[in-house]
Amino acid sequence: MTVSTPLPTGYLLASSPNFLRALKVAAENADDVDRAGRFPSEAIQALKEAAAFGCYVPAEYDGMGVSFQHLAELTFEIARRCSASGMIFAMHQIQVGSIVHHLNAQTWFENYLRRVAGEQRLIASATSEVGVGGDLRRSIAAVEPVDGSGGLVRFEKQAPTISYGGHADDLLTTLRRHSEAEGSDQVLVLTHKEQMEMKQTSQWDTLGMRGTCSPGFVVQATCSAEQVMRVPFSTTAAETVVPFSHILWSHVWLGIATDAFERAQNFIRAQARQSPGSTPPAALRLSELSTHMSQFRAFVKAATAEYITLREDDPKQLSTIGYAVRINNLKIAASEAAAEAAQGALRVCGIAGYRNGTPYSVGRHLRDSLSAGLMIANDRIHSTNATLLLVYRDSK
Amino acid sequence: MVQTDLNSIIRRLIKEQAKIPATAGELADSDDLYDHGMTSHSSVMLMLGLENEFGVEFPDTMLTRDVFSSVNAIESAIRRLQQELT
Repeated sequence: MTVSTPLPTGYLLASSPNFLRALKVAAENADDVDRAGRFPSEAIQALKEAAAFGCYVPAEYDGMGVSFQHLAELTFEIARRCSASGMIFAMHQIQVGSIVHHLNAQTWFENYLRRVAGEQRLIASATSEVGVGGDLRRSIAAVEPVDGSGGLVRFEKQAPTISYGGHADDLLTTLRRHSEAEGSDQVLVLTHKEQMEMKQTSQWDTLGMRGTCSPGFVVQATCSAEQVMRVPFSTTAAETVVPFSHILWSHVWLGIATDAFERAQNFIRAQARQSPGSTPPAALRLSELSTHMSQFRAFVKAATAEYITLREDDPKQLSTIGYAVRINNLKIAASEAAAEAAQGALRVCGIAGYRNGTPYSVGRHLRDSLSAGLMIANDRIHSTNATLLLVYRDSK
Repeated sequence: MVQTDLNSIIRRLIKEQAKIPATAGELADSDDLYDHGMTSHSSVMLMLGLENEFGVEFPDTMLTRDVFSSVNAIESAIRRLQQELT
């Protein structure tokens, strides 16, 4: 034997006893989290014990430094058990990625990453804002200096929704760079819970994704000017926020669809066992669903692979119109595929799937999957792509 | 001067098509247009305006953020395309 190659850290985490335990905890609590519309605190705590919230922090800042590929797979595994836990994990990692890939030698943020890894801090984000109509790339609220404070800044932002806002340790907020800046001249500001006053302005009583607990807030914060990221948000958005969001969300939706598919398959198997020698009629529907799932998995995997390749080989490509069109297409296709898969599973399982509390219940999956087309509404993305396609020839 | 003409046409199109609020005088040739409020939507409108004005077509490889990031960058892109035509 010469040198042995160490296992990629992502695989170590995915198969570590603590992570496997977290998956079990997530599955056990998923129905109650959904029914009560409550934060999945048991699963999140168990994921913290598995050090999962610092897994994407590079090893030089005390994290595990898992690859993006593994991060996506971990997201999928969590979401298969509990969609809310999977979505919270995904959203947290989008914020971690926004910092990791755009550090720009800012010491404050390097130290902060060490805290994320060491303390398993949970990061929420406040990107949406009352008055911008869901446009990620436009802000009204601005970073403003606190007069005579010697380096403090403040902001006040009205966010119509902040997922797990009441449960996060820190908040990453998009703001205009200064009070005179254009709406699209944005920066990211990271603030700690103790630096903020968050006034909840609405309830989160929804059809699905109930455990993400995403009501509206008015956020007032005062923090050090060092907590403002120097990199323009336009760069962070194109290179990290948008691709991370659409790829990790797609893995959440794929996880929801996969669990629904498995329930449908279990239902058919149980039927087949009761009447040996004949294939249940609904097995045909299951086969259709299997075809659908193959397509769904294939385009999610292809988009993930493309992002990893471009990020490594030619990150400039991530800011092209062509890439914007393609990553937008992933979001639209994956969100529609998830809802179709859940409906397909319901057709297979019939009343056993429609009823809550059976091993074949897929009502939760259907309700959760319907959120996918709405979080950044697909029509909004279509209208962006419609404009981009005026100049871009989509041949890839 | 050809150069000045090109520059002023680009500035006119930035104002008309991209609808960037900064007046022509405030905008330096090297200023980042995105920092002055250009969005992906307005950049597309600007590209269409440029294609129409100069009778060129931007190949997909040139549809990057950098190519449309400033007056200077647009000028050199147009020159490159015009050279390819001749």
